[in-house]
Order: sequence, then structure tokens, then C-alpha cells
Amino acid sequence: MTELSWTRKDLLGIADLSAAEIQLLLDTAESFREVSLRPIKKVPTLRGRTVVNLFFEPSTRTRSSFEIAEKRLSADSLNFSSATSGLVKGESLVDTALNLQAMSPDLIVIRHGHPGVPHMLAKRVAAGVINAGDGAHEHPTQALLDAFTIRQHKGGFEGLKVSIVGDIEHSRVVRSNVLLLHKLGAEVTVAGPRTMMPVGVEALGARAVYSLREALEGADVVMMLRVQLERQSQAAFPSAREYFELFGLTQARLKAAKRDVILMHPGPMNRGIEIASDVADGRYSVILEQVANGVAVRMAVLYLLSGVHREAE
Amino acid sequence: MERLLIQGGRLVDPGQGVDDRLDILIEDGRVERIGKGLKAGRGGETVEAEGLIVAPGLIDMHVHLREPGQEYKETIESGTRAAAAGGFTAVACMPNTQPPNDSRPVTEAILKEANRHGYARVYPIGAISKGQKGERLAEVGEMVRAGVVAISDDGWPVMSPELMRSALLYAQHFGVPVIQHAEDLGLGADGVMHEGEWSARLGLPGLPGAAEDLMVARDILLLEQTGGRYHVAHLSTARSLELVREGKSRDLGLTCEVTPHHLLLTDREVADSDFSTQTKMKPPLRSESDRLALIAGLQDGTVDAIASDHAPHHADEKDVEFSAAPFGIVGLETTLALGLDRLVRADLVSLYRLVELLSTGPARALGIEGGRLAPGDVADVTLFDTEPRRMVSPKRFQSRSRNTPFLGWRLRGRPVATFLAGRRVELS
Ligand SMILES: [Zn+2]
Repeated sequence: MTELSWTRKDLLGIADLSAAEIQLLLDTAESFREVSLRPIKKVPTLRGRTVVNLFFEPSTRTRSSFEIAEKRLSADSLNFSSATSGLVKGESLVDTALNLQAMSPDLIVIRHGHPGVPHMLAKRVAAGVINAGDGAHEHPTQALLDAFTIRQHKGGFEGLKVSIVGDIEHSRVVRSNVLLLHKLGAEVTVAGPRTMMPVGVEALGARAVYSLREALEGADVVMMLRVQLERQSQAAFPSAREYFELFGLTQARLKAAKRDVILMHPGPMNRGIEIASDVADGRYSVILEQVANGVAVRMAVLYLLSGVHREAE
Repeated sequence: MERLLIQGGRLVDPGQGVDDRLDILIEDGRVERIGKGLKAGRGGETVEAEGLIVAPGLIDMHVHLREPGQEYKETIESGTRAAAAGGFTAVACMPNTQPPNDSRPVTEAILKEANRHGYARVYPIGAISKGQKGERLAEVGEMVRAGVVAISDDGWPVMSPELMRSALLYAQHFGVPVIQHAEDLGLGADGVMHEGEWSARLGLPGLPGAAEDLMVARDILLLEQTGGRYHVAHLSTARSLELVREGKSRDLGLTCEVTPHHLLLTDREVADSDFSTQTKMKPPLRSESDRLALIAGLQDGTVDAIASDHAPHHADEKDVEFSAAPFGIVGLETTLALGLDRLVRADLVSLYRLVELLSTGPARALGIEGGRLAPGDVADVTLFDTEPRRMVSPKRFQSRSRNTPFLGWRLRGRPVATFLAGRRVELS
């Protein structure tokens, strides 16, 4: 393994990380993947450590992935979500942070609808803070698990053509993925309707195109995003039917990509809107591998942020 | 007879085109003479201004004093103390109080409270519409008689073109300008920062520059038909500035102000400060090209005034998620030092031009007394020193609020004293 050692207290976004740090996270995840293949899927690494999962937004996928990762590391976890009333209505975020701090957890995993909330929390608590998605800003563990999956299939990132298709403007998955893949040398293309492309998209480090065909052509990796038409402003797109017609992924359209293309989706999928069922379940799809890899990647993140690797030195 | 001599300073007075070492003799609140080697005479008092700049009292034409209704953020007393501490002898306060200043009794109450304290002159700006609801005209005539010097629905734009046209026409009966918070709420109204490269990176909803440009363009088209006076508050984009420049070339009754923060900061600050809510205001911090255009506007005379848009908020209100935080920052106690250090010392504008932007310009835009110290003029005077270095330290603010993005900035130049009608303002 690499010589570099992890020194950050928090994982707030890919924007802060160097390529070497990203590789370290991916290498560490590799060693944790093996744990999930054992009959007894548990190691004592984080025994006696407390992890708080703080979800201000509903999320089954990311939250359960973190919970499983914590259990497999033998950490004590504590779940607060807006749904289970653990988070008091009207309490300010600062008060929540102070209350958490008083319980002195080791790590806090936070999902929030507003960009920058994990950053705000990180400044006020001694615990390491892991951003599990902040509004449309970043979702670093998703980008890491996507990269991990890509690396498994493609070996590396240099010169790799990755296309991300969908509602680019409102996606935290896009921001983290573009940043990460760009740092590791991939050529990233983002595609979607012009009304769902943020002004200033070039700043992210991706090429923007506005046709699905152009995005798919010669792609090594295709990542489809969930499109929530009901969340769009009325001016952004007329109907799901028209969306599928223009940007929905079908078997026939996917032929424009490389023969060994892999197809990814961060989930949850809207079958028949951004992706046809036969493609989602077809032979190019690595969607379920992404889910499995999510656990290994989150174990790696929890492990490195907990600092136990440093105590062992 | 009360007599005061301000002696030995450098008088910078764009109101009468003067920049020279001159004494000012003040009698009974008005300038009696300016000249060299003047004497206070028997019973007169002398203020030694050697090494200092003597300027017509600075005027901040866009502040929010929050009283009545939100005294936990600011009061007329604390806000005018902040003004005096920042070198201002006058402020024009926006009507978005609770209740809004949309009628004579509110105007009178504001003026009564201001006069009771006497730290700075307060020029109330009345609402354009009743309740600032954007529907029916407020009783502008009544308010002007009570002391209002301009009308504005600031806090909100006047969205209805019908109402704006009426306001531009009706205000002419009373000779007051119409001040617009230029923002078309039909475009990107859920935004929290400038729409551009940095909103794309941060995933925050954007406030497009075009929302401002649309409104400025619309209002200029109306102004062409109505005549009268129209002033763009806190102008922030390159395109809006161009529209104003073009309108002025046709001699429309058109003026505009810009804020220190739009001159000195950009949208990048939101990221660099890690989502600090002190970088959240409306209009938002714009792009670097907008910022440079505003500076060019200071230089070529398109911009009439620098105004702080002093918008106090309690620390608890600002200490929340970026998206949930209120818009606005305080400015009365940082504007002059920022101007002296980052505009004059940085060689972007002359000291003379800075005084024009902070005194003569706003007086003209509002059509009020001040902005000049010629014989017969009211003796509102600001003394400042361009040399001393000081760090922006909100703990020392006279304002009740401390929401500033300039915390910790090292600035050279500071106000020394203000005089209202020849009397020194004491803050003790
Ligand atoms: Zn405003």
C-alpha cells in the first residue's frame, strides 16, 4: 500500500482531496472488500467507537450502506433522522451540533438538503464529519464507490471516457464524480437537456454536450442519473415521455458506446424515464456492484477518519 | 453666536471643486468662510486638523436601521452611532421596517427618534406602495411633507411595470427620486448566490445577473416615457452598469449606487469562506468581470454613489445553513476605511473621487443638502486620517450587529470625527 497516510479530520468533499488521497481511499477500500466476502462479515477495527448517522433528508440507500459499514467495523452507531423525530423541529443546526458534541462521538455521518451544512458542522465538533450528501453540492462517498467500481472493471482512469447523463444542475453525484474523475485523469463528459445544465458547468472540469448520442459515442463508462421531473421548475422540461425520447438510455442507443462499456446508476432508478429496464438489468450494467462496493468504500472512509490507523503506527 | 474653526486640514470638497489646504470657519451651524489663515476670533473654538482630510459630511444613502420593529438587529440610536463611528453625518434609511415606513406617522416617529439622539442626520425613504406590497401607491405626498426624501420598496423590487410607471410619474409632484431594488423575481428567485462558475461548483441555486439587468432595462424604458428621477440601488452587474451609462448619455434622470462589497469581493468568496453566511447578500457577490466593470464605473463617472446597504442581522440569524440565512451585511463602520485602503491606496480612484462618491454624489442623487462646504452651506463635516492602520474588528462596532465579511481585514485610514451643523458628534 501507498506510503501516504491520512491526516484529515473530515471528508467534506472531493474538491478538497488530492489524487494521492483518493487513491489511498480506494486502496483501503480494496482491503475492506474482502471482509464482505467472509462468512462472518465483521472485524473489530472500530470497537468502542461511536458513529452518529445524522440524516436530515430521507435516504434508504446511503444510510443503510453506512450502517452496514459501521456494523461490519464493530462501531457503535446511533441513528438520527428527521423521520424518526430524533431531530427536533425548529432546533438550529448549531444547537444540534453542540448537543452532538456533548455526547462526544468519534464520527458523524451527515446528509442534509442544504449545501455547506457538513462544513458548518465540521467547524463546530471535534468528531470527524463525513458528508453523505449536501444538497446539490457533493456526495463524496458516492463518487468514491463509483470510482472503485470503475477501477475494478477498467484498471485505471487515465484517458478513460466517462459520460454522465441527466439533470446535471441538481445533482451532487455529478459534482463529486466530475471532480474525482478529472483529478485521476479521466475525460468526463456531462450531458442533459440545456435547461438542466448549470450556468458555469465548464468550471467543474467536464465537457458539456446536449445530445445523448454525442455523450455515448466511444464512452468507456456511462453513468445515468435519476431525473425527478416533479422537482424541476416548470420551465425545465415538459414531460417524462419527452425526456425518455431525448435522453432515455435504450439498448439501441447504448451501441454508440465502446463494446466493453459499463453502465452505472447511483440509484434509485426511474425505469422508463432515464433508463429502459432491459438496459438496467442487461449485461453492461454494474449497478448492483456499485451497491456492494459502497459498503467497502464507506468502511474505508470510516476507518481512515477514525484515526485508528495512526494509533496502530 | 457659535463659531468653530477647522484649521490646517486638507479640504477635499468635490461639491465646489476644491482640493487644497484650507481652513473652514463655521458660524451658527453654517459655513461662514473658507480660506487660508482664518481666525476663530474671540469666543470661537478651534479644531486642529493638521494632517487630516476635511470633507463635506459623508452620506450613506442606503441603510437599514431596522427600527421600528426589529430593534434586536439595530435601532435608530445604534445605527446612527455606527454611522458617526464610520465617519457618516447622514444616512438614508430604507422603509422595510415593521411596520414599513409607508405613511406619515411612521416617518415622523423615525425622525423624532433620530433627532432625540442626534448622532447623524436621518433621511427616511418612504415606501412606494402601501405595506410594500407592490400593489397600490403609498401616500407619497404626506410622507414627503413629513420628511421623506425618496421612495423605494427596497427589500423587494417593484415587479409591476404599471406601479413603477405610476411611481415615476407621481413622485415628480414632490420632486423625489424613485429608488429601485432591481431584481426580476420571475427569474431565479430561489437563488442564494450569484449564478455562475461558483454556484455551479457549490451546487447552490443561482441568482442570475440577468434578473437585475432585466429590471434596470425595463425601468429605463419606463423612465424614457415618464421623465422624473430614477435611482438604481446597489447596482451589481456589468450589463446593468452599461444600461445606466447609456441612459445617462441621453440625459435621463438616472443615477445609481454601488456597494463596497460588490467593488471588493466576488462570488468566489462563498467557496473560499467555506459557505460563510457573511458572504450572502442581495444582490449577491458577482463575478470578477462584474466587479471590474463596477470599478470602471467609479472611474468614468457612471456611478453616482457608494452606499453600504447596511443590513444588520442578529448573529443567531446568520449562524445557520447558508441557504437558510438572511441576506445582508453591515457596512457603516467599514465603508470609509475600505474605500481609503482598497480603492484610493490601491490607485483605483482618487481621494477626491472617493469623497465625491461618499458625499457629493449621494447628496445630489437624493436632492438633499450637504455634499459641499461652500459659504452658506450646512456645516456637516467629516474628518479622517488616511494613515493609521487598523484591523476590522466587529467587537468594536457601534452597530448592534456584526455581520460582516470583512472581519480581520487590515485597512489603512479611519474616520476621526464628524460634525453636525458645526457641532462635534460625541459617542461616549
Ligand atoms: Zn435592496
